[in-house]
Amino acid sequence: MEALIFYVLAAITVVSAFCVVLLRRPIHNVLFMILMMIGLAGLFILLQAEFVAMVQLIVYAGAVMVLFLFVIMLLNLESLSFPDDPRAVRWWGGMVLALGLLVLLIPVFKAFVPHVVGTLTQQNSSVLSNTQVIAKELFTTYLLPFEIASVLLLAAIIGAVVLARRR
Amino acid sequence: MVTLQHYLILSAILFAVGVMGVMFRRNLIVILMSLELMLNAVNLTFIAFSRYLGSIEGQIFALFVMVVAAAEVAVGLAIAVAIFRLEGTVDVNDIDLMKW
Repeated sequence: MEALIFYVLAAITVVSAFCVVLLRRPIHNVLFMILMMIGLAGLFILLQAEFVAMVQLIVYAGAVMVLFLFVIMLLNLESLSFPDDPRAVRWWGGMVLALGLLVLLIPVFKAFVPHVVGTLTQQNSSVLSNTQVIAKELFTTYLLPFEIASVLLLAAIIGAVVLARRR
Repeated sequence: MVTLQHYLILSAILFAVGVMGVMFRRNLIVILMSLELMLNAVNLTFIAFSRYLGSIEGQIFALFVMVVAAAEVAVGLAIAVAIFRLEGTVDVNDIDLMKW
């Protein structure tokens, strides 16, 4: 059952990822990106990371993709045409690079043998709430990175406002 | 039985698709989207490791990746809008502000 769910979600994710890269209309790219993120959130739930799955849905599929959609509408990209140029070189370059990366990555990943090092074991994780465990770790061990992340977001907001301001 | 390798290979495929998109798309917005794809692939790796190593750190780092990705998207799209206002295009072949 778990394997079936995994393969269905993996198929959804990979197919929509290819659609994101290959389709020509930006609106379709965004919509398939949302589908990919929903599939990924399902995989996160399968991996018992419920909190990250919800954040994925709210922040990514919700906020970030709406931002993309908004910019595409704002710039009216549908009317913009990209005339054909010798893009075959780019195409094959990208293909070769991606395949080379896969050939490099897959043997490495296959060789990896996991062994449990932490305390979050199968039976332990069903007792404790995922959100509770994350919160505890985030507000104790990773408190400083958490605060720095908030400063980073503030800087990003200010930067975006300054950049997009009409002069 | 789904093993760690399944998730890692899926993540590798997603990452490679993202690299492909960055390499051969010309639309700046779609390139940003492909970057998001790569970050998501890395998140999947983090969470798969978190699950199979029995440690919460992977999920926390995935959250940090999401924070950085959100900041990157906000600034990246603002830059895209600024460039579109300046040059009237989002084609990366035509944007030559930093080429030499």
